[in-house]
Amino acid sequence: MFLWFHKWGSPPHFYRIAGKWIPWLTGIFLLLLLAGLYGGLVLAPPDYQQGDSYRIIFIHVPAAWMSLLIYIIMAFCGIIIIVWRMKLAEVVLISSASIGASFTFLALATGSIWGKPMWGTWWVWDARLTSELILLFLYLGVIGLYNAIDDKRIAAKAVAILAIVGVVNIPIIHYSVEWWSSLHQGPTITKFDKPSIHWSMLIPLLLMALAFQVYYVLTLFQSCRGELLKRERNSKWVAELSEGNDV
Amino acid sequence: MKAYSLTQAYLYLLQRDLTLCFRNRAEFANPLLFFILVITLFPLAIGAEPVLLSRIAPGIIWVAALLAAMLSLDSIFRSDFDDGSLEQLLLSAHPMPVLVLAKVTAHWLVTGLPLLFLSPLLALMLGMPSEALGTLLLTILIGTPILSLIGSIGVALTVGLAKGGIILSLLILPLYVPVLIFASSAIEGAAGGLDVSAQLYMLLSFFFLALSLSPLATASALKMSMS
Amino acid sequence: MSKAALLKIDNLTCIRDDRVLFEHLSLSLYSGQMLIVEGQNGSGKTSLLRILTGLKMADEGHIFWHQNAIAEHNSDYHERVTYVGHHDGVKRDLTCLENLRLVQAMGNPSTVDPDNALEQVNLYRYGNTLVSNLSAGQRRRLALARLIVTEADLWILDEPYTSLDKVSMALFQSIFEAHLKRGGIIVMTSHHDIEMPTVNLIRLDLSA
Repeated sequence: MFLWFHKWGSPPHFYRIAGKWIPWLTGIFLLLLLAGLYGGLVLAPPDYQQGDSYRIIFIHVPAAWMSLLIYIIMAFCGIIIIVWRMKLAEVVLISSASIGASFTFLALATGSIWGKPMWGTWWVWDARLTSELILLFLYLGVIGLYNAIDDKRIAAKAVAILAIVGVVNIPIIHYSVEWWSSLHQGPTITKFDKPSIHWSMLIPLLLMALAFQVYYVLTLFQSCRGELLKRERNSKWVAELSEGNDV
Repeated sequence: MKAYSLTQAYLYLLQRDLTLCFRNRAEFANPLLFFILVITLFPLAIGAEPVLLSRIAPGIIWVAALLAAMLSLDSIFRSDFDDGSLEQLLLSAHPMPVLVLAKVTAHWLVTGLPLLFLSPLLALMLGMPSEALGTLLLTILIGTPILSLIGSIGVALTVGLAKGGIILSLLILPLYVPVLIFASSAIEGAAGGLDVSAQLYMLLSFFFLALSLSPLATASALKMSMS
Repeated sequence: MSKAALLKIDNLTCIRDDRVLFEHLSLSLYSGQMLIVEGQNGSGKTSLLRILTGLKMADEGHIFWHQNAIAEHNSDYHERVTYVGHHDGVKRDLTCLENLRLVQAMGNPSTVDPDNALEQVNLYRYGNTLVSNLSAGQRRRLALARLIVTEADLWILDEPYTSLDKVSMALFQSIFEAHLKRGGIIVMTSHHDIEMPTVNLIRLDLSA
């Protein structure tokens, strides 16, 4: 187990394996995406209340899940960085930050587009949208801090600490905002509440979630490969790579 | 000679920081003036209608407290970083989180505690009902140390940067959201004659959480910043 | 030598911005020895000293103090080390005495009281003067007085002679010699030529 961990942690090994996986992941992602979209947009019946406009949940909900999941992954990387000083975790953390921020933005944008027909306005201070907005700020803080520090190894350690502090705060922020929203708006009809979802909607939703996860791993691999090359540009394996030899 | 105990070291560092603040009085008065000024701006911007003002007074006071804290945070470690005292503190035989706590305590005594005396005055000017004053004081008393504690993490992360100020607000303000929510809602509730012990207990638990975890995070962030 | 090394540098590597400052550096220091780190600007002298203090992590390698890795025995090690870096580490808005008392409160105080220490570094009359009123050389002497008010075996000094005049240099040279005679160790960098014939001196050139 430890050996496996160690081997994966070595940059050239990761670079090679990730490169091999990328075409496969692309294929899996496209299959899942097509299946999910077909199920969500064609097969699933329209909602009795919201008609067809609810279908944006097939993007919105998985994106919101991903935004949270990726932050938690970043915090895990943060712990690995601080305890074991593993280089690969640094690369994964910082590559995840921009992907996570994109998913958060996607969740916000789709939530706002969904809000227009539902609430008649582009933005309401709904609890989940508001926490999502704060989550976006947390992501931007990580990206901003990383870019502000010149020495990238120190920068990685800084964002590791920040990600851990952030992950402790996320549940607190989330419940505070939820509490705040219930206080100020009373019991609103929250469109995100789905006590019993029909399986014909649930299956495409899960397919989409799976597609998004594969997409995350895919972009993560690509971004990590780029970041690794940039960081290890003076090492032997990168030099061999650029001379056309396979590592 | 016998080495100083941890409590003595804590008190000594606290005393040092307070002495330094006292010798730079003018600099440390700025955040307090800023606090007053921001609150003065609101009636000018939205009109001096008493009903409206008294309704949004808790929010105004707490937003101003947050901004004033932000403005003063940089001073926790900046001068120590610049003159090399910070590396000496890191090399101290005493555990760094305790020393951090001494510095944060000094920061709170200088920037947070005065708000306790300023805010009732400003609350009256904004027409906040007098029943809410006690709650206002309690939220300031429990809430402002949280601002100093959480803020110290952000400063520790950015103290090595030339332009740390802008990024600092991006790092810290989202983490202040829970304090803002519960503190202003407690005051608002008290103004409406409601029981606000739930909000106060929440604030208190945030305080203990921040007290126990943030010195650790700040100490490790400082180590990172100095390397 | 039958004695064990007090300070052992084992296979140290330091990389800064893709540039290897030094690699596979190994060295042992015994009681009473002085290590002078030489090299051009940017050759990694300060980095090496900061790694030795434990402020900075080496990219590879370890440092042992009495056979204990300093990374694991941080506070024990810091009790035995006094560091004077590029920055004087004194507060401008405190008096000389207040500064030295603080040093004692934070570290491992020696039996020398701050008044006495000021006398030894020729700052006696300045005890109640704010540091901001001192000249650069006086500030440097105050920073070095930290060595006297603490009880440390290992002194790590980054350019201790900066802004000191000839008289003060000679003064500190004799303080250093006394420390070595007591069995202490000194690691320092200096642009000045150091001639201390009575001292067991090792030179390390990082630009080589």
